[in-house]
Amino acid sequence: MKRNALLMLSFILMVAALYLIFIYVPTESKMGVVQRIFYLMVPMGWIAMLAFIVTATGSILYLTKKSDKWDALALSSCEVGVVFTTLALVTGSIWAKPVWGVWWDWGTPRLTSTLILWFIYLAYFLARNLATEEYRGATFAAVAAIIGLADIPIIILATTLWQGLHPPPLIFQEGGLDPKMRFTVLMSVIAFTVLYIVLLRFRISLRQSEAELGTLKELDE
Amino acid sequence: MKFWSKVITIAWKDALSEMRTKETISAVLVFTLLVIVIFNFTFGANQEVMAVVAPGILWTTFVFAGVLSLNRAFIPEKEQGCLEGLMACPVSREVIYTGKVMSNLFFMLIVESIALPIFAFLFNLPFLSPQIIVIAVVTTIGFVTVGTLFSALAVNTKAREMVLPILFLPIVIPILIGAVKASELTLAGQSWNDLALWLQIIVAFNVIFLVVSLLIFDSVIAE
Repeated sequence: MKRNALLMLSFILMVAALYLIFIYVPTESKMGVVQRIFYLMVPMGWIAMLAFIVTATGSILYLTKKSDKWDALALSSCEVGVVFTTLALVTGSIWAKPVWGVWWDWGTPRLTSTLILWFIYLAYFLARNLATEEYRGATFAAVAAIIGLADIPIIILATTLWQGLHPPPLIFQEGGLDPKMRFTVLMSVIAFTVLYIVLLRFRISLRQSEAELGTLKELDE
Repeated sequence: MKFWSKVITIAWKDALSEMRTKETISAVLVFTLLVIVIFNFTFGANQEVMAVVAPGILWTTFVFAGVLSLNRAFIPEKEQGCLEGLMACPVSREVIYTGKVMSNLFFMLIVESIALPIFAFLFNLPFLSPQIIVIAVVTTIGFVTVGTLFSALAVNTKAREMVLPILFLPIVIPILIGAVKASELTLAGQSWNDLALWLQIIVAFNVIFLVVSLLIFDSVIAE
C-alpha cells in the first residue's frame, strides 16, 4: 500500500515536472529550445551522484555489520544509479552537440567526471560478478564502492583544474538563473529523487525475493 | 618499531624471490621499452609533436607497466600456496599490506629508474630533472597504494589479470592527470611553485588511499 502511494506520488511529480519543463518554463534566449534538456540532465546527474553515495554508504555498513540488507541496498542503488549515470551522459551529449558543436567535450569537468564515475560503477559490478564465491563478490564490490567514493572529490578537483577552471558554483547560487527556471530545475530534481526512491525500493524487494528463492532451492537439493 | 621490522621482512621476502628469478622486473622493463617504441611509431618521428605528447606517453607507459607489475604481486603467491602461509603468519593484515606496498613500490621504482634515462635519451627531453623524479616517486606511491589493494582483490576472482586494470585505472585518473600536468609544466621550464598544486593533489590522494586501504585490506584477503 505504502509503496503504491509512493509510486503514485512519483507519477504525479513526474508529470508536473514534464509540464514545467516543456510548457511552463520560458525558452532560453541564447541556446533556444535545446536548453530544456538542462532540466533533465541536472536531476540525472544528481541521481548519479546520490545513488553512488548510497551505494558506498551501504557498502561501508555491509563491511562493518556484515548484514545482507546493507549489501542489498548497495547493489540496488548501484543498479539504479548506473542507469541514471548513462542517461546523464547521453543527455549531456545531446546538449553538447547543438551548443558546442561536438557530441563530447573533454573541456567540461562535469561531463568527464561523470564518465569516470560511470567506469567506477562498472567496476562495482565487475568486482561482484567475477569473484570466485558469491559472498566474496559482495565484499569486493563494497571495497570498489568505498574506494570509488573516496576518489570522487579528487576526480572532480583534478578534472576541473585540468581545464584551468575554478570549481563552478552550485546552480542554486547562480544569480543569472531566472526564477521560473530555478523552480523548474528544483521540481525536476525532486521528481527524479522520488523516482529513484521508488525504483530503489522495487529493486530491494526483488533482491529479497531472489534471496528467498535461493534458500528454497538449497532446501530442495 | 616492531611493525616496521615485520613489514621489512615481508618486503624482503618478495625482493629476495624477485632477485632470484628476475621474472617481474625484467618482463615489465621489456614491456615498458616496447610501449615507448610503439608510441614512437604511432605518433610519428616529428620532434615537435614528441615534445608535446611526451609527458602523456611517459605516464601512459608507467600506468600500464604498473598494472603488469601489480598483477604479479599476488598471483604467484596464490599459485604457489604462499598466500595461505602469509595469512597464517602471526602478523596483522596491515603488516601484510604495508609489506606488499613496499615491495611493489621497490619494483616499480627500479623499472622507472631504468626507463627514465631511456626516455630522456630517446625523446631528447630533460626527463632526468629533480622535478620529474619527485613527480615519479609520489605518483608511483599512489599507484601502489591502490594497486596493491586491488591486486589482492583480483587474485580471488575468475579473470584475475583482467580485473585489476578495470578497477585500478578509473581510480588513478586524478593522479595521472596530476602527474601529466606537473610533467608538462616541468618540461615547459616552470618552477617548483607552479608544480605545487599538482603535487599536493597527488600527495592528498596518496594519504587518503593509504588510510582507506589499510582500513579495508582485511576484508579483501579474509578467508
